Amino acid sequence: MRRLFGLLGVLLLAHVTLSFVHPTGAATAPTGDAVDVGIVFDLGGRGDKSFNDGAYLGAERAMAELGARVRFVEPGEGSDREAGLRLLAAEGMDLVIGVGFIFTDDLSQLAKEYPNIAFAGVDYALAVDAAGNVVPPPQNLAALKFREEQGSFLVGALAALVGNSKKVGFVGGMDTPLIHKFEAGYTAGVKAVCADCEVIAQYAGVTPEAFRNPGRGKELALSQYQQGVNVIYHASGSTGLGVFEAARTMKKLGIGVDADQYNEAPGYVLTSMVKRVDNAVYDAIARVVNKQFAGGIYDFGLDKDGVGYAYDEHNKALIPDAVRARVEALKAEIIAGRIKVPSSR
Amino acid sequence: MTLLLFLAQTIRIAVPYLFAAAGGALAERAGIVSLSLEGFMLGGAFGAVIGAHYTDSAWIGVVSGVVAGLGLAGMHAVCTLRFKADQIVTGVAINLFAVGITRFLLQLAFDSSSNSPRVAGFGGENVGGALALASNPLVWLGVAVMPVLAFVVYRTTFGLRVRAVGEHPAAAASLGVPVNRVRYAAVLGSGALAALGGTYLALDQHQFTDSMTAGRGFIALAAVIFGRWDPMRAGVACLLFAAAETLQIRLQATQIIPSQFVAMIPYVLTIVAVAGVVGRSRSPAALGRTTE
Repeated sequence: MRRLFGLLGVLLLAHVTLSFVHPTGAATAPTGDAVDVGIVFDLGGRGDKSFNDGAYLGAERAMAELGARVRFVEPGEGSDREAGLRLLAAEGMDLVIGVGFIFTDDLSQLAKEYPNIAFAGVDYALAVDAAGNVVPPPQNLAALKFREEQGSFLVGALAALVGNSKKVGFVGGMDTPLIHKFEAGYTAGVKAVCADCEVIAQYAGVTPEAFRNPGRGKELALSQYQQGVNVIYHASGSTGLGVFEAARTMKKLGIGVDADQYNEAPGYVLTSMVKRVDNAVYDAIARVVNKQFAGGIYDFGLDKDGVGYAYDEHNKALIPDAVRARVEALKAEIIAGRIKVPSSR
Repeated sequence: MTLLLFLAQTIRIAVPYLFAAAGGALAERAGIVSLSLEGFMLGGAFGAVIGAHYTDSAWIGVVSGVVAGLGLAGMHAVCTLRFKADQIVTGVAINLFAVGITRFLLQLAFDSSSNSPRVAGFGGENVGGALALASNPLVWLGVAVMPVLAFVVYRTTFGLRVRAVGEHPAAAASLGVPVNRVRYAAVLGSGALAALGGTYLALDQHQFTDSMTAGRGFIALAAVIFGRWDPMRAGVACLLFAAAETLQIRLQATQIIPSQFVAMIPYVLTIVAVAGVVGRSRSPAALGRTTE
């Protein structure tokens, strides 16, 4: 028992000591008139080839072009996310950004506590009150939202036009409304160019682990390919890497999500529905630099290049020019408001 | 044809369960709670990818996967047997440790927190279905693992000792059985077996992704309990759970049964088994207790 208390004491001491240590890259207190920006990454941190890397890219551009000073915090598992945000706010940053919907509650709380600091949340989840109305975020908080359904619509059209089959596939991660949004847009896109096509939509599970289960993703994709599907769009985190693996074994095609995933399986990725987190982060920093920042909801859709589909020298060969023209026409119609893309199924 | 595809898929899904459940059955039969199968699997998956990445050989990947599993199992054994730590707490700690250390090393080795580059694996490219299955030696090993384990547990001296230390360690000790040494061997064996399950997953995927085992270790543990700590029965349970998963994959598109219900099957069956509905279920008497 005494040894246990001794150990506890040592741990406590270490904890207290470390709480005075600044995180890596800690700058001295903000000075001068350059804009100071703090970014807290979602779980996984940099190198996730997705959200966090996108946010980093945007911040890097802001540093180079706008002269902003950016500090990054990579939280580990659990509750120190809030501590990361709080640390940055307490240091008097001009703008604090949380990357990922997981920061929603913490950002709302801190925005109230620090009314003079600007906050921004990538994928901030808007609350809905009892009457079903959207609750606007606090005055000093920008909710950076993406119109994933619009991007999904375009890759849906691509899947149907390139697929050469009446069946197209979709693999989602966790079975939640957030991912249904991708499915709804995708299905609408498929139907827009091929009314009698069927979308086989499947989900990897009902827990967050469904986003990290490539084995499951591979099996789902194999069964879809065996049913005659030629193209599968995934919105399922690293579960989707299993979809690409299945595409590779079956010599078929997959469609990536969030970032351009071509490199995960070169030659087997038709395109990717990209969310330009970098543009959203850059935009938020630019507003602060130009003293135009205001809280509220910012929608990043096709019009602002907030979402889109990857098309470059890698996948050019897979997408005929006629198909490309057709998809671009659809894109123009969505931007013009002539096509309304559903965001729930 | 559909039946063949169904069977092939069931076996592919069952292989990681079979390895991990074999490990679980071995350790639990020796009286050590196997909550850490998940961690062993994840460690094995990561070890396999490291080995395969740096040598370009799937077989070396298998070896390094097993070594990683042995390492984690060694930690588990030292904590529970040498320092008499609570087995459940240690098991949970090993799982958390495995998630953290693999993520850390992934970042260190490949500069990514998401996945490793593509590595070598078994079976050729573009052979789907049953052929890919037959060309993967780990599948054959996985199918054989339960009968072999049953033979070891019931027909060998080592097996007898494992059962003895799991049921009544004091009696075993009084007959001169080195209780702790047998338990060390059982835990290390369980680490190696579960790691093979992770190795299969990683090499089938040709890469490691963060937390890629996704709870399979717990399903395997459920299979052990559902199989009443008997290797063959646990093996059948693994196949049953895998078949349920396959059914769900095949039926999900048609929306006949909500996917939530099928996802519950392993756990519901385990509760039913533990509640004693299908015959008497009795765990090894000394399970979870570390005696002097």
